[in-house]
Amino acid sequence: MIGRHKHCLALADFSKEEILEVLDLAVSMKEVLRRPIKKVPSLRGKTVVNLFFEASTRTRSSFEIAAKVLSADALNWTASSSSVTKGETLVDTAKNLEAMRPDVLVIRHSAGGAPGLVAEHVACAVVSAGDGAHEHPSQGLLDCFTLRERLGSLAGKTVTIVGDVSHSRVARSDLFALTKLGARVRLCGPPTMIPAGIETLGATVHHRLKDAVEGADALVMLRIQHERIGDPLIPGTREYSKVWGLNAKKAADWLLPHCVILHPGPINRGVELAPEVADGPRSVILDQVENGVAVRMAILYLLAGGVHGAGAGVGAGGEAGRAQ
Amino acid sequence: MSDILFIEGGRVIDPASGTDGVRTVVIRDGRIAEVAERVERPRDARAVDARGRWVTPGFVDLHVHLREPGQEYKETVETGARAAVAGGFTSVCAMPNTRPVNDNASVTELVLARAAAAGLARVYPVGAISKGSEGQELAEYGELAAAGCVALSDDGRPVASSALMRRALEYARAFDLPLTVHEEDLGLVGKGVMHEGAASTRLGLKGIPAAAEEVMVLRDLALVELTGGRLHVAHVSTRGAVRAVREAKRRGLAVTAEVTPHHLALRDEDVAASGYSTDFKMNPPLRSAEDVAACREGLADGTLDAIATDHAPHSAVEKDLEFDAAANGIVGLETAFAVCLALARAGAFGERRLVEALTSGPARIFGLPGGTLARGADADVAVLDPAAEWTVDPARFRSKSRNSPWKGRRMAGRCVMTVVGGRVVHEEVGGER
Amino acid sequence: MNAQEIDRAVKRLGRELAERARESGVARDLAIVGIRRGGVFLAGRLRAELGAALGAEPPVGTLDIALYRDDLAEKGVAPVVGPTEITFPVSGKTVVLVDDVLYTGRTVRAALDELVDFGRPRRVWLAVLVDRGGRELPIAADFAGARLEVAEGDDVQVRLRESGVPEDRVVVKPRRAP
Repeated sequence: MIGRHKHCLALADFSKEEILEVLDLAVSMKEVLRRPIKKVPSLRGKTVVNLFFEASTRTRSSFEIAAKVLSADALNWTASSSSVTKGETLVDTAKNLEAMRPDVLVIRHSAGGAPGLVAEHVACAVVSAGDGAHEHPSQGLLDCFTLRERLGSLAGKTVTIVGDVSHSRVARSDLFALTKLGARVRLCGPPTMIPAGIETLGATVHHRLKDAVEGADALVMLRIQHERIGDPLIPGTREYSKVWGLNAKKAADWLLPHCVILHPGPINRGVELAPEVADGPRSVILDQVENGVAVRMAILYLLAGGVHGAGAGVGAGGEAGRAQ
Repeated sequence: MSDILFIEGGRVIDPASGTDGVRTVVIRDGRIAEVAERVERPRDARAVDARGRWVTPGFVDLHVHLREPGQEYKETVETGARAAVAGGFTSVCAMPNTRPVNDNASVTELVLARAAAAGLARVYPVGAISKGSEGQELAEYGELAAAGCVALSDDGRPVASSALMRRALEYARAFDLPLTVHEEDLGLVGKGVMHEGAASTRLGLKGIPAAAEEVMVLRDLALVELTGGRLHVAHVSTRGAVRAVREAKRRGLAVTAEVTPHHLALRDEDVAASGYSTDFKMNPPLRSAEDVAACREGLADGTLDAIATDHAPHSAVEKDLEFDAAANGIVGLETAFAVCLALARAGAFGERRLVEALTSGPARIFGLPGGTLARGADADVAVLDPAAEWTVDPARFRSKSRNSPWKGRRMAGRCVMTVVGGRVVHEEVGGER
Repeated sequence: MNAQEIDRAVKRLGRELAERARESGVARDLAIVGIRRGGVFLAGRLRAELGAALGAEPPVGTLDIALYRDDLAEKGVAPVVGPTEITFPVSGKTVVLVDDVLYTGRTVRAALDELVDFGRPRRVWLAVLVDRGGRELPIAADFAGARLEVAEGDDVQVRLRESGVPEDRVVVKPRRAP
């Protein structure tokens, strides 16, 4: 990441070495979070602006805390409180904010490619906090960090992602990062929720949960939302939960003893995960939250620490980090 | 300015008459006077040196959006006609999805008046299939035909109601008008913004399956069989549609089809490679490699009768947005020849077939004059330099709009002179642009 | 400096530290914190020396100052961050901050800022192997193994056996002309 990327938009753009660099740095950042005084002066005087067009308390708070631990100033800007409702375009909104000289813009938007579009128009660094169904790079990284903490090197490990893969940016980011780190990725869900051509990205597809989780070292359970209108992909959450949900019995019967369970949150208790599994010994969901702050600290530090913009030193120009 | 044009030394390609060789073309009083190997130059003739160039009938584009009336900030009849002749097109068919929709004589007459005032390419209005293109009630085809419409379309939208489509095909028979139809099943399209496949999965964008086009083509072919109407399938993009049209023609149904240069040249992976560039967003979307190959084969074997640009100007207001929100469409009049020539050179289809698909093919489908260099025909001629290299710079387009996926690309093939009714309406002096 | 001189200097540092600790009555409240990366191996050696002199080895920690640097704005790229490990309580302790070379004093300033974020030490002593002068901040070594006079553009490198080199050396390299 150092020296090549000006932005953090998509894990598909990062090499294995760059991903490991972020994970290694996050180890030091996590140590800072365990100190009595959780503050280091590294980004003192820098401003991080959270530009969230989709509601999200947890990711936004995580970035905010990450910025503050690094002594940066953090500002939150949400769509409902903004000029978007007055019809201002995405680019105009970003440029207006940029005129106030932030050092990093953290953007979450419902349209894939939106952070990349903003990155083309602003001089500061841009971090994607999730764009449509495309990617959620910091989530992918924190999932890898959590898995590495529990499983050691991810090369050769098997990770199964279960749920609505077609709408999931977390699934894509996880898939890109895990395959680069040498893991084997399995995807599982109803056929309507598995997108076209996903095997070309290096995953194997299963429709039966038992097959998908047997022998896996870790599971990533995705949140299921059932839209009754429009184009419903499943008959309802009741059947989903019976067929693809994970409860204590299935976990006990099918999972390897060391297999851990991740979830990007928020959990639909009783749908994709039974409460006793969500709270049980295999669950590392709360670790994910803590690790999320550490990983986001690492990303902010790498993008905002030091000189950037005007092409000086960091990044081979804005295009290098643009999402594909 | 002389009334006699003497175009000599060029390779005359006129598929309507089967000509392909070096000939001299003489134009007199707005008509083709002669096309022969050795002709004496009349006095007072303006001589045009066409050595090393192609001389063809002026191109005929069955599918352009001129945006006037109602959205003149994107394009007007005049600027669109100017873009057309710059690209070698002497006749264009203007789609009715203007504001207001062209479902009546007033709008038709407005378009014709603007075109006459511009005095550039000939503009043939296409009338709406349904009132307001809302898909509910038939428009008045008699009035539209009398006013000058050459075909009917609700382009931009499919005719979702099978019942309405049936009645439209039947009723249009009274006026001998073909229906040119935008084929997509809106339910299958959903919120899709690009072709459904590995590329859309990687980009996390909602996909439009190829079946969305195919199911409607199959539906309308069945309705043609039922009604005896004339169907022209607009902008074919899928192998399923090509296959269906081929099979229907074999059975003798009155169906024709067109394909755009971009559906012959670009694919869904190009959207990914462009980094979500909205200059690659259009409807129907860029498809898979297999679909592109099928379209090229379809053009080569005659299943697809014409190349039509679907020239769709949009301004930065509609395009400089995130991919999901951007409008569909790209301009194409000024790049069509170069794009298709490159494909012909790569062997996708022959050069003569290329010219046929731009001239006699389309003219025949809508029954338009033009597309031919026969003696006595209107003198609509294009002189093209197939070797001229240039870099696509949308800022220099005659069109008001800049939304082209070929921005910055180096191409070969330019129209260096266009003649409409014997008048030179476009001419390039000097070398490379 | 050669290996013998370094060994003598380290032993002397150990002796002086032990003496001062006894005099101040803090022999049982010592802690050693090595500044990465140059101070880490030295900290290990001093632990051994103090252990021999005082009868018990004081705890040793490591401090990486990358997150506390004052020159991030000029650096161009974010510096690599190494691990910081302070597993003992800092408050009330007499902390011996250890580094290999004392030059401008900025590294020590950063280390002090970081150290006090872990707690409130009773006092902090600075022990270095080489003091080469050239201070830019008002920081002084309480214990210095050697004082070297070098030109401003020169680079002073301490290479210790623990890092893999065959024997201890202090090398002075003139900085290459730009």
